[in-house]
Amino acid sequence: MYRYLISRVLLTIPTLIGAAALVFLLMRLIPGDICLVRLGSGGSSFSTDALLACHKEIGIDRPWIWQFADFLWGLARFDFGTSMWSGKPVITEIATRFPVSLEVAVLATVIAVTIAIPLGTISALRQNSWIDLAVRTFSIAGLATPAFWLGIVSILVVLDVSQVITGHPWMPPIDYVPLWQDPLRNLSIVILPAATIGYRYAAVSMRMTRSAMLEVLREDYIRTARAKGLLRRIIINRHALKNALLPVVTVIGIEFAFLIGGLVVTEQVFNLNGIGRLMVLSVQNQDYTLTQALVMLVVTIAVLSNLVVDLLYAWLDPRIALA
Amino acid sequence: MRGLALGAGVLAAAWGGAATADETPKRGGTLTFVIPADAPPSFDGHREQTFATVQAFAPFYSLLIRVDPANPGSGQFVCDVCTEMPQPADGGKTYAFKIRGDVKFQDGTPMTAADVAASWNEIIFPPSGVISPRQSYFLMVDKVEAPDPTTVVFRLKFPTAAFLPALADPFAFIYKREIIDKDPHWYEKNVMGTGPFKFVEYETGQSIKGARNPDYFRKDQPYLDGFTGIFIAKQATSVDAIRSDRAAVEFRGMPPSSVDEIKSALGKDVSIQTSNWNVGSSMTFNHTKKPFDDPRVRRALSLAVDRWHGAEALSKVAIVKTVGTFAFPDSPLAPTKEELQKIAGYWPDMDKSRDEAKRLLKEAGAENLSFELLNRNVDQPYKYVGLLLIDSWRKIGVNVTQKVVPTGPYYDALRNGDFTVAVEAPGHGIVNPLLDVQKELSHSISAENNGQYEDPEAADIYNRMLRESDPQKQHQLMLEFEKRNADTQAHQPFIVWWYRTVPYHSYVKGWKIGPSHLANQDLSTVWLDK
Repeated sequence: MYRYLISRVLLTIPTLIGAAALVFLLMRLIPGDICLVRLGSGGSSFSTDALLACHKEIGIDRPWIWQFADFLWGLARFDFGTSMWSGKPVITEIATRFPVSLEVAVLATVIAVTIAIPLGTISALRQNSWIDLAVRTFSIAGLATPAFWLGIVSILVVLDVSQVITGHPWMPPIDYVPLWQDPLRNLSIVILPAATIGYRYAAVSMRMTRSAMLEVLREDYIRTARAKGLLRRIIINRHALKNALLPVVTVIGIEFAFLIGGLVVTEQVFNLNGIGRLMVLSVQNQDYTLTQALVMLVVTIAVLSNLVVDLLYAWLDPRIALA
Repeated sequence: MRGLALGAGVLAAAWGGAATADETPKRGGTLTFVIPADAPPSFDGHREQTFATVQAFAPFYSLLIRVDPANPGSGQFVCDVCTEMPQPADGGKTYAFKIRGDVKFQDGTPMTAADVAASWNEIIFPPSGVISPRQSYFLMVDKVEAPDPTTVVFRLKFPTAAFLPALADPFAFIYKREIIDKDPHWYEKNVMGTGPFKFVEYETGQSIKGARNPDYFRKDQPYLDGFTGIFIAKQATSVDAIRSDRAAVEFRGMPPSSVDEIKSALGKDVSIQTSNWNVGSSMTFNHTKKPFDDPRVRRALSLAVDRWHGAEALSKVAIVKTVGTFAFPDSPLAPTKEELQKIAGYWPDMDKSRDEAKRLLKEAGAENLSFELLNRNVDQPYKYVGLLLIDSWRKIGVNVTQKVVPTGPYYDALRNGDFTVAVEAPGHGIVNPLLDVQKELSHSISAENNGQYEDPEAADIYNRMLRESDPQKQHQLMLEFEKRNADTQAHQPFIVWWYRTVPYHSYVKGWKIGPSHLANQDLSTVWLDK
């Protein structure tokens, strides 16, 4: 088990270096640079001297190889440098946004898992019944509905319904407050985005749970368990569901990693100052240091969530660990 | 007091009661407003150009002079940290401002003329490594001095009416000399001003908070206990925030559909102010690309655009309304409607215009012209104006495709001349047509001229206009300049001017709209009637 864990952790190192090289190169292949964006964003003119001074100030006048070496050396020391746009440490820029994205991602995952696994299981157990039909319709609607559209509609519905009921339109607060400062206000801010994202997330997981359960329920060992006279509850919980969860856990892991940096439009709709919005801004501004750090953060989360998924595999199916 | 006496282009319409002069301001409360942008690159007004910097940080700073907050659309300027508007001396080449003695920085230290002079010297004569994008507005300034702690003297190279309006630049925050002498970049990440509010907190990309400055030199102001500015880049979210009273106002201006939505949701609780906006829309021809080096082709394309009907139709869906040329429509330097209708492209008879356009294209051998129109990936109003152009040009047989690109590549293409024809939106913080039209000068004089042309004759008219002190003669020179640039040469003709509409909760009082979303944003006069 430990050997398996160590080998997986070691495998993340080339993955991270590869991602670092890729993002470094891609950012520099985009036409223009941060100085052009900064000096000319209003359409105004600037001198070549000002441009060169700006390049020198932020260090992009040096050869790429030195810049890349600096980047890797910084990564090795967990020093991501300063944002070229705001001049603030990258760690600070990310630290102010990360809790927002993490909270929404965790809450959306909780919502998705809470909905998906029971409904997916019931749907499989009652295959082709009206319950199955309803669950499938619910999940297909979730897959077909973009989360940002659902977000806009949910805000409008909340506004209209609250106006009808209380006479005053209400919407969640638009300035984020951390959970530990004001839990109630915090939850009122994140619950709607988490629910809208969680719905789509649940739809994917629900369909995966259903199909995996259907497959497992037809396995010989389930038939054997039934023939042995085991209780239905035990067959489903201990034998069927545990095995069916393998692909579901994979989906949940992938989706979770995506949620950390991928909620660009949803964050805009709900005015959440999260990692997704920061990522778009940093790419638009061609802020190399910030974009590189953000990509590395997302890659690290994806690698870690894959690692956790792999470990869960081993727990769910001991044969994987032995192999 | 000198300044531009603008026309009555500013309106304050009210649903439920807008602020009136005879109301007694109430003290207290916190104003929450939307800043419809992402986080600005820095806090430094001297360095930045985005309205996000001004709307977020203006409440912490004072200016030397400012637009009259009681009537920002009047074109009148009043003192902020000076005691009275000076009379020019030395044939209009010297302006001596007396500085108030009761102004303090937010750390309690007194502000003197040396701070004012140092701030202006940083803007006009930036030290090496310091960026000052509005430096060219002060080409007439020779020296800024502080001969004693209460006097700041501006010495000009030549007298011009463009000087005082330029001085009211809303970005020209008064900084502390000691700080900028030590580190000219300090203000990029820190705040230390003499404005009506003290800095409390800034969360990048989220919000900015200020609290009443008890040491503010106008003892009865500000009326608010504090303010919170919330950055919301998405229009729909701004509308929802105002509708649900999570925010009281968004000061920049909204398109008609958003205004209607807020109006219908808030009913009698909404106030609306409108104004012509000091931002125009223009079509820029790249003179280095054939056939746009031929004035007949440029003139034909300008003649084809039905500005009068187009503006009327667009005003229903976009933030544009008033037809005009290079000078702000409410300015006395702008042509009258009669004068305007004599300029090609502004003729009232569109059939005549388009017949002439077709004739010119035929004469220039460009009958089956087709090209790509560069446009910015911003809905309001770029894409709407682009559609008006494409539709108009199709009517004279010109086939145009639109290339819409994000802001960065858009400006990159303009600067590098990597386009044939582009939609542009030249805008300025203060109405100052004498400087605002600099963009129309030869590329060797104005690097902002993306048409890449040289026109010494236009430059000659401009130089005479800049130095002319008689308003009538100045008007005639501006007309001559406009005829040359928009008609005979059709370098980069204007199409329609933007129109600013600000809907807000009626309990917000004491704020008056002006032609710029940059000016009059220190919130010193704003109060809440709650």
